[in-house]
Amino acid sequence: MKIALFAPCFVDQLYPGVAVAALRVLERLGIDVDVPGGAACCGQAAANAGFERDGHRALRCVVDAFEGYERVVVLSGSCAAHLRTHAFAVGPSGVRVAERTTEFCAFLHDEIGLDAVASLGATCSQRVAVHIGCHALRNLGLARPSEIQRPAFDKVRALLGTARGISFAELTRSDECCGFGGTFAVLEPAISAKMGRDRLRDYRAGGAEMIVSTDPSCLMHLGGIARRAGIGLPMRHVAEILAGEAR
Amino acid sequence: MTTPATRRLPVVEGAGPIDHAAAAALFIADEDRADWHDRALWYVRAKRDVAAAAVPEWEALRDLASAIKEHTLSRLDDYLIQFEAHATANGARVHWARDAEEHNQIVLDILVGRGARRLVKSKSMLTEECGLNPYLESHGIEVVDTDLGERIVQLRHEPPSHIVMPAIHLKKEEVGDTFHEHLGTAAGLSDPVELTAAARAHLRDRFLAADAALSGVNFAVAESGAIVVCTNEGNADLGTALAPVHVASLGIEKVIPRHDDLAVFLRLLARSATGQTLTVYTSHMLAPREGQELHIVLVDNGRTVQLARKEFWRSLKCIRCGACINTCPVYRRSGGHSYGSTVPGPIGSVLTPGIDLERYAALPFASTLCGSCTAVCPVKVDLDGQLYAWRQHVTAAGYLSASKVAVIKTSAQVLGRPWLFRALGAVGRSALRILPARLTRMGAGVWARSRDLPHVPPRSFHAWYRANRVRTRQP
Amino acid sequence: MTARDEILGKVREGLPPFTPLPDVRAAAHSFANPAVNQAGRFIEAARASGARVTESTRDDLASLIPELYPDARAVLSSSPSVAGTMVFSEDPHALGDTDLFVCEATLGVAENGAVWIPASRVRHRAALFLAANVAILVERYVLVHDLHAAYAAIDVAVDGFGVFVAGPSKTADIEQALVIGAHGPKSLSIILLT
Repeated sequence: MKIALFAPCFVDQLYPGVAVAALRVLERLGIDVDVPGGAACCGQAAANAGFERDGHRALRCVVDAFEGYERVVVLSGSCAAHLRTHAFAVGPSGVRVAERTTEFCAFLHDEIGLDAVASLGATCSQRVAVHIGCHALRNLGLARPSEIQRPAFDKVRALLGTARGISFAELTRSDECCGFGGTFAVLEPAISAKMGRDRLRDYRAGGAEMIVSTDPSCLMHLGGIARRAGIGLPMRHVAEILAGEAR
Repeated sequence: MTTPATRRLPVVEGAGPIDHAAAAALFIADEDRADWHDRALWYVRAKRDVAAAAVPEWEALRDLASAIKEHTLSRLDDYLIQFEAHATANGARVHWARDAEEHNQIVLDILVGRGARRLVKSKSMLTEECGLNPYLESHGIEVVDTDLGERIVQLRHEPPSHIVMPAIHLKKEEVGDTFHEHLGTAAGLSDPVELTAAARAHLRDRFLAADAALSGVNFAVAESGAIVVCTNEGNADLGTALAPVHVASLGIEKVIPRHDDLAVFLRLLARSATGQTLTVYTSHMLAPREGQELHIVLVDNGRTVQLARKEFWRSLKCIRCGACINTCPVYRRSGGHSYGSTVPGPIGSVLTPGIDLERYAALPFASTLCGSCTAVCPVKVDLDGQLYAWRQHVTAAGYLSASKVAVIKTSAQVLGRPWLFRALGAVGRSALRILPARLTRMGAGVWARSRDLPHVPPRSFHAWYRANRVRTRQP
Repeated sequence: MTARDEILGKVREGLPPFTPLPDVRAAAHSFANPAVNQAGRFIEAARASGARVTESTRDDLASLIPELYPDARAVLSSSPSVAGTMVFSEDPHALGDTDLFVCEATLGVAENGAVWIPASRVRHRAALFLAANVAILVERYVLVHDLHAAYAAIDVAVDGFGVFVAGPSKTADIEQALVIGAHGPKSLSIILLT
């Protein structure tokens, strides 16, 4: 199975380490993975800001770049959700790509399996707060959302659980939004920052020594707030833990 | 003890567009109070979770409720006619109002026709929407809101900040001050039990002296003509069981087909709203009492327009439980008044833009699209999907501010051209690394007011990939 | 054109695509329906709503009521098994000083501790809300599992009015502090009869 790895725009530019870690994880798992050059951005930011049509141009580049791959593995829950929900708008190729798009953790959990992931031999001696991005959680089924009355499951925690030595911080609000929301961060900056501060407070109260997320955008937001407040709380993507790049 | 600043904001009281972000910033400025408000609402959300978890078939009930509502809306004309026929046969008078003005006129005419001067009202967001109270008062009718939370905000001349808990934004000391001023309770009295007792005595006189009672309607059952009113305080019943005139106002979307369907909604309503299994009183009124007149006013006021909107008609499934409002992390931190609309929060933000898109253009953006609202909604309104759709309408109509438009369009054009994006990215990244933090913070504007900029890596992932992987793939 | 015609016309123009009405009764049957210990569930739910629940027989009511309400002077009763001290006046406004109102429910719902009282069981519905305290008698054998079963069993339309009562009146409108006894009765007793 030939898969394409999609490092969305800001991951490519600002968090290349996350993408390198993800690539190494996939390669070590024996997966045939490409990183096509033609894809930059899924257009989510423009679409969520109300400029869906402007976002289509970016979406079209992405769809063109990923046509022909059996899977498109995305390093961001919100971007994966956006592709799956909106790629149909650029035509039949968009429909095909949407169906084959999956987020990184979902791909590892559902299609590669925990046993294989455990064979990576990751270790992590930290107490970790797991932050699943809202789209990954409620649109992509990475865990049972706290609102829903169904049996509980958490694919991200299961993946991280393969890292020897890891422990998890218990939170008072298991899945409240971090407040990034893309353009929300600049259109409603006061609430956005407040929501981020409140998440950090909850994570720290639970004894978290590190925050691990499915979404680099959440990490960017929480990281920016933490640094401004002088809080040294490392932020990592799941891929970095599994690649053994976090202690 | 200060009064919340938001209710006095020109940005929500004037006639122009609502600036939710500015109102929210003011609310947050008193961070302790914002935290208190946030915790109070979260506590209600948590009670909802406990109640829902005790019902094994909870998700099946949501599916049923959604399907019943969607069916009803797809045959709304038939059900309205059926309801009217049964209600009329039961002895009720059914009226139809195209808009708020017509509703208010009808209610006034009924009261004047019976020589009624003293009206007691139980909770009705519809009458709030229609501005009924000031209209009646300007015609010499004494209007007393009898729901305790509604009475408190009525005495304070404020709008309610939540559709189920109208005074959730107030501290007990503030209620105490209001009662001291208007009910003559002791200065500094803030014990909720004593304050409630004072309100009970004060309102009891009103109930006994009322010429007319007006209630909202939670559900109108087409197969029998019954109107169903749910309260915890018993105030709707105290009013309607005593007064010689009962006026019941409802939006046309409140009709449901059968009593069997009522069971589904009632099992979901109180649990979603407050975590109770059922409200204390669920009254089914079909016929007027002996010697009483029962008037039922069916109101459109924009509902038919919403019904015709392919993207937004599902918002009419709403049963006004308030669960979406309680769960919304933005509402909890900005308060109901910051929306400047009768109904705040997620459901308010999908209903109100349909009434006046220019004035309420900001509301669909008062959200991170986290989807928690959609997940708690007992009738499965796709709230986050509708918020997203309204955003497209707002920008198409040109109602997003020019500066915001510029930022968004520029980034969209760059990101649509990968080569340009990478070139600019390289420039941007090097600029960020060289310039002092203070300058980059200014340049990055709004982002940097409360967050540090991300550390800038020397090389993008694609550059790394080209350097480290691409060579090995050449044949 | 009347407002009615105009509104109905607009509704017809804007109707969403037809979707069928689900089979609610079939769904209700599929929900777990333990036939055992409805009384236990009912009592627990009624107490959780703030009601006092006592079990008794009809014969014991004459001594039970004064025991539960030693201070009640003005007692109004629409139950044939309990004698009141007040008469029902024509005007419900005259019931404002009732200390205790006793009536009978025709059905109880185990999932929420609610009881169903149709108009025929109360001479004036105002009594249920004006009385300072309310006691409701309900036979054990009329307890049903949930609201689905309740609506299948009752005929809502028969009396022109009916109410589910689940506990004493209450409010939490002042800083979310629960206060029992809002505008309606300050206490509710359910007397479960065998």
